[in-house]
Formats: sequence, C-alpha cells, structure tokens
Amino acid sequence: MNQTATHTSTRFQAEPINLKNIQVQKLFMILFGLMAAVLVIPVILIIFTLLQKGGSAISWEFLTTFPSNGMTAGGILPALLGTVWLVAISLLASVPLGVAAAIYLSEYAPQDHWLTRVINLATINLAGVPSIVHALFGLGAFVAFFHLGTSILAASLTLAVMTLPVVIVASWESLQSVPFAFREACWNMGATRWQTIWHVVLPNALTGILTGIILQVSRAAGETAPIMFTGAAFFLPFLPSSVMDQTMALALHLFTISTQVPGVPEQIPFGVALVLFGIVLIINTCSIWLRMYLRSKKKW
Amino acid sequence: MNSHSDPHTDSGATRATTPAATSPKERLERSAATQPAHKISIRDLSIRYGPFTALSGVNLDIPVNQIFGIIGPANSGKTSFLNAINRMDMMRANMNVQGSVLFNGVDVTSWGNVYALRSKIGVVFPLPVGLPLSIYDNVALSPRLRGINNKSQIDEIVERSLKRAALWDEVKERLGSLGSLLSGGQQQRLTIARALSQDPEVLMLDEFSIAVDPVTTMRIEDVLKELKNQMTIILVTNLVQQANRLADRTAFFLNGSCVEVGDTDALFNGKVRDQRTDDYINGRFG
Amino acid sequence: MSIPLEKASTLVAAGDVRNRDWYIDKLFHSFMFICGISAVIFVLGIFVFVFKEGSGFIIHQLDWAEFFLSPKWRPTSAIQASYGTLAMVAGTAAVTLISMAVALPFSFGAAIFIAEFARGKTREWLKVVIELLAAIPSVVWGFIGLMIMNPLIIDIFDVPIGLNVLNSGIILGLMAAPIITSIAEDAFKAVPDTYREAAEALGATKWQVIYKVVLPAAKNGLLSAALLGVGRAFGETMAVLMASGHALTIPGSVFDSIRALTATIAAELGETPVGSDHYQALFAIGIFLFSITFIINMTADLIVRGIKNQ
Repeated sequence: MNQTATHTSTRFQAEPINLKNIQVQKLFMILFGLMAAVLVIPVILIIFTLLQKGGSAISWEFLTTFPSNGMTAGGILPALLGTVWLVAISLLASVPLGVAAAIYLSEYAPQDHWLTRVINLATINLAGVPSIVHALFGLGAFVAFFHLGTSILAASLTLAVMTLPVVIVASWESLQSVPFAFREACWNMGATRWQTIWHVVLPNALTGILTGIILQVSRAAGETAPIMFTGAAFFLPFLPSSVMDQTMALALHLFTISTQVPGVPEQIPFGVALVLFGIVLIINTCSIWLRMYLRSKKKW
Repeated sequence: MNSHSDPHTDSGATRATTPAATSPKERLERSAATQPAHKISIRDLSIRYGPFTALSGVNLDIPVNQIFGIIGPANSGKTSFLNAINRMDMMRANMNVQGSVLFNGVDVTSWGNVYALRSKIGVVFPLPVGLPLSIYDNVALSPRLRGINNKSQIDEIVERSLKRAALWDEVKERLGSLGSLLSGGQQQRLTIARALSQDPEVLMLDEFSIAVDPVTTMRIEDVLKELKNQMTIILVTNLVQQANRLADRTAFFLNGSCVEVGDTDALFNGKVRDQRTDDYINGRFG
Repeated sequence: MSIPLEKASTLVAAGDVRNRDWYIDKLFHSFMFICGISAVIFVLGIFVFVFKEGSGFIIHQLDWAEFFLSPKWRPTSAIQASYGTLAMVAGTAAVTLISMAVALPFSFGAAIFIAEFARGKTREWLKVVIELLAAIPSVVWGFIGLMIMNPLIIDIFDVPIGLNVLNSGIILGLMAAPIITSIAEDAFKAVPDTYREAAEALGATKWQVIYKVVLPAAKNGLLSAALLGVGRAFGETMAVLMASGHALTIPGSVFDSIRALTATIAAELGETPVGSDHYQALFAIGIFLFSITFIINMTADLIVRGIKNQ
C-alpha cells in the first residue's frame, strides 16, 4: 500500500539518489545561465567591434566638422546637433503630455471604468505600432495636414507620439510605486486629489519618472524610420536655423553613408555607429546610476 | 459670502473666541453650524464591497463633544463605518454605501466640497502611516493645505499637536528627519498628531493603541479626555475596557450590524437589551 | 445641478464651501483627463491619417485579391502597375519566424535564469546588460547586419550573399529578445512563492518546481511575451531593411534575400510623388501593418488579462 502510494505520487518526490538530483539541478542552472549569456555576448561583441573598427575615426574634429567630399570624409557635426534638436523638442512635447496622462491614469481615473480600460489599451497599442507606420502618420498629419512641412518640428512631434506610450508607462509605474496608504492618509486629512499628488505622490515618484524619461532620450536618439520622411535630410551643407528647417540626424546619417553612398571608408560609418551607440550607452548608464541612487535613498 | 471663502479658518475662529459677527445672516449660519445636538447622525447605513456586505441597517446618533465608543470583534464593520462618514468610499471603486450619514445635520453625500468635509474630520487608522516627509512637514501639511502660511503659526500647531500626541519629547530634536522612518509606535503617534493638526470638529480613532505601548496609550487617553471639550471623538476600539474608561456612549457592532447603542455606564453595568452585548463586554466571546 | 436656496444655506452653515483648492483640483482633473485620453486620440489619429492618405487608392483602385495574393509589386511599371504584397508578406513572415526561433528559447531560458536561479549581483548585471541590448538603435543593428553578419554568413555557409532571411532573422531575434525576456520574467515573478514552497515541501528539486509548477502557471504570460515579441519583430523597419537584401522574392530557404513590408515603405516612400497611386499603395501597406500589430497587441493584452482574472 505504502509503496503504491509513493509510486503514484512521485511527481514531486525527490529521486532516491540525492547527489544525482543536485547534479541535474546544476546542469539546468548552467544551461539557463548559458542561454542568458547568449543574450549578453552580442552586446559585448558589438561594443568591442565598434570600438575596434570605429575608434580610429573618433576625434574632436570628427565631432565638430561637416561631412565633406560627398560624405566620404569629414565629420558629423550637423547630424549630431540635429539629433540633439530632434530629441530635445520631442521630449518637450512628450514628457509633459505623458506624465500628465500617467497622473490621470494613476491618480484620477476610476478603476474598472470602460474609459480607463480604453486608455490603457490605446497606450499598449500605441507602443506596438511599427515605427514606419508612425512615419506615415507624421507625414499625413504633421507634414501635410498641419502644414508643418518636412521640418524639425514635424519630425520631433512624430518622435514624440512614438515615445509617448513609454513615457506614460514609465511614469505610471513610478507613480504606482508610491504606496496607496500615503494617498489615503492625505485624503483623510481633507487634501484634494491634486494636493495629494503635489505634496506627496509626485515628489516621491519624480526620480523614477526621470529614470524613465532618460531612457526615452536614448530611444528617441536612435530612431530612424519616423524622422526619415518628416524632417530629417540625407545631407545639408548648413545647420538648421529654426524648427521649421530640415536637419540631418545621426541615425539617418548612419543609414545613408552605409547604404546610399558608395566609397565611404569603413571607419567613418563605424565611427558614426560608435558615436550613436556611445550616446545610448552613456544615457543608459546615467539612468541605471539614477535608479541605484534612488534605491539607496529609500524613504519608506 | 466672501467672508466664507475659506471655511476652515472661519470655523476655527468660531470654536475659539467667536469674533463679532459681521452680519445677521452670518450669525445665523454660525449658530446653525454649532446648533445640532448630534454631530453625526446615521440612518439605515449599509456598506457593501462588491457582493460582500460589511455593514447593514445601522442607525445611531453621535452627540456633540463627547467620546463615542464603538466596540466589537474583528470584521464587524467598524472601519467601514468610519470610511463612510468621511466619504472615503468615493476613493474606492468597489465600496458601495447606502443610507445616509448626516454631518452637522447635512447629508455627507450632498456636500459639494467633500475635501472640506474631510478636513473637519481627523482620522487615525490602526496601521500607522508616516508620510515620506519630515516629521515637521507631516504635521504641518494639514495647516498648509488649509492655506496657513504663517511660519510661527504653523510652528505652534506642530508643537501643540505633537505634544498632545505624546510624541514631542521624543522628536523635538529631530523634526527634520523622515516621518516614514520612525518606529511603528512613533508613527502611530505622528498620525494622531497629524489628525489633531487638522483642528478637527470630529476625531475618529480606529484601534489607535494597537501599535502603542500601554504607558503612552494612557497618556493619549488623558489627552482625549481633555480634547472632548473641543471636539467630538469617535473611538473604535478592540479593548473593551478602553471604551469603558473613555466613552460617554458606546455602540456594539457585531457581524456587520449595530447590536446595541447606549450610555457606557449602563452597558458596562449589565443594563443591556441584547444578551450578546453583555457576553462580549464580559469577555464570553470575541 | 441647482440646489434650492434654503438647502444651499444649510450646506454653507455646515462648512461646505467650494474653495480655491476645490477648483484647482477640478482644473487639474480636467487637464490630466485631456492628456490622459491623448493616447486614444493618437491611436485613432494614426488610423485616420494613414487611412486618409491611402483612402482614394484603397476605395477606388485597390484589387484586394491582387493585394493579398499576388507576389508582384510593380508600382512604377508604366505598362501595367501591380500592387501585390504576397512576396513581402512571405518575406516578413519568414524573418519573423526565424527571429522567434532565435529569440524564444534564449529569452525564456534567460528569464528562467533571472527569475529562478540568479541572485544578487549576477541578476542585477544580467538585467542591466539585457536592457542595454534593448537600447541598441535599430539602425545600428541594421549596420551590424550589413557590415559584420553579412561577410560572416558568406564565409560560414559559403553562400553568395549574406543579406538574407537568416541574417535579419538573427538580428530581429536579438532585438526582440529583451522585451520577451522582461515580460517572461514578470510572468515567472507573478507565480506566487507559495506554489514553489508547496512543491519544494513535497521534495521537488528546483528544476521539477520550474517544470511542473512555475512554467504551467506562467503559461499565459509566456504566450503574451511571445506575441509581443512577434509584434516587435514584425514591425521593425530599419534593421530588416538593411540586413534582408531587399529582394522581392518568396523565400525558399533561409539564405534567400527577401523584402519586408515595413522596409518597402521605408525604401520607396521618399521617391514617390505625393498622392500618386504608388504613394497611396504604400499607405495601404501601412494600414495593413497597423491592423496586424493592433490584433497582436489586443490578443496579448487579452491573454494577460485572462491571467489577472483567474
């Protein structure tokens, strides 16, 4: 009786030889660890290769001069500045809107309400829209319908729509990480929802929101498709003078010189890729550092 | 009307030394505000959370400037009762309140500014919540929310509230440190200080002594006895003897209904209408 | 809503006055609400504007059978322009398939490792690096496909061209891996520890716990992670444009070059006259892409919601 019982319910039973179990477990741990390593190795290889092949191109001159000789020589100044412009203006549009939307969803929106549900679904969907469709939207809406033409403004706004859902989600998560009990304590004192947000919720969510926004900077800096037809140009011999001008951008510049322009010496596109990836890397490191700082400063 | 633009300071003034009323209408309103013998009246109150009924068919009156005790075992609907009074049901999607709660003779659901209502009611819940602000700011928050910006006035409120909550001596040297990092008992007293800093008309305490040591509990009880000259206190407690010591009237809640309401002395001397009240008071269950 | 005068005065007497703070709160509430529905407005806006640009063509000229069933995409042909997307759909599908074959095992494996095995610093660093993998811009990925993977594939497999399904599949797989890993890890974390403890109390080893308890419980989360990964790979543009060879053929093997739906728009939109049939046909592809990703996202969300309701 006893034996049949153990036989039929061996699903969670330890195997008779314990040593073997431990070995099996180790084996699985190594297996999964290797699988994780497969995702880590490309990052290291890419950094290494870009440094090796593009490192020689990087110089102060490279960063501060215009491309020359039909983009087969010279620097990347207009592309670098253009990217800064595009990212800055897109954040100017997406951050206030995204944070406010997150505050609505986290602090004001009635839960289990159909509209809240629709907003959440829309946010998820907006995040999943392919970047080239964002480009089509930017072209149809900002460039054509709102008559902004192909301009920094149109491209930035397209980028802003694209980064909006991620700003919303990051801000929302940060707001939600402030314990609900703090809000209740404030409400019980007669604080309005806005007073509660202003005095207690927002100050404690701010660093987290900032972390999310910083990550958005790197995302926006690397985007190519949404700006291709809305305001970024392959080559411009001058710097933009207003937001209604077109601009070059680092990501598009990399695409251009590596696919459209023949006879570019190898180290130049590698150098551009290195600069682009370097910017992303620095921004991400900042964000990680900020998150760790945040964690060490726990207030409750 | 314009002298009513800030109701908080206005009602505060009424309680302290009534200044010469400027118009007959205002005088009338003031007397109306302080007139009703019952600060809070509850009529046919039922509270549901989804399909679960937390409280049903409660009728009782809470007299002005007395301590009103509520006793009863866990899950008898005491906390939900307090939430219905200051309309916290608005903030929770699944909490459904039926019946009426009259505050100063006005149904709380008809208040246009629910925040003004809440600011008149100080609440202390069993789980202490120190806000992630400095100790000073924790207590100064409520006066600031009411629009008091005078530093010395806020200093005074903070000190008075912390003293009443028996916390002043322990924290007076470090008012700038985080309130959310105090010990549980200290946080509980901070919560009490915060509720008192509201200068409330009604103070609701929900099992405040859970996180506080007996000596401090006694000190706070003494303060409550003093305070009842100035405000109406609702004391929900799991300690039957605490109700006996403090409350003028006591209600007994059981399984989501109010079994009995009466003078505390009468209830504790066996003059009960329902045998269960007597059993609970004398520790035969619960 | 108007309140009778006598009742209003009782309210005032009771202390009910709508003060400045009440109005400020209302103001902010309205403002936040308007911002809150912006996401809805933009999703609708995307649909409306993309459809608007392509509507004339879609309504009057589009041959649905040709659009979905013909592999011939000859928008510029003067004699007989044709707008068939079958080859591109096949190409996109092939690349997505390969990318999932690359991403899913490693992502799930990494997620298991992070959620169940790794502790402390290892775990922290692993998450940081995988986040970094997600941060690499798609154009950099495309560049890597073009400059590094291309010669590598030519060398290793001895094929004439390395810009093909394999190349772009691997790259899209690596691009989709971080998001799959992070959602899968969330799904594992959502499995209550009591399940694990119960199984361990019965004497199960860690692997048995994972295999018999954690994996089945996290099943829906993993499915939704996979779906979102598909959505990501399917909608990727620059990397696939640069690494797939951009040849209009229905692929027969992983070494064939293909052309993706997204890449077609990116490559051709700049050279088409605004408002032309070709231009509008590209917007029609946009609508198609938008619809597919919409369905994928909705399905993934339904699955996740299914877990929450359980």
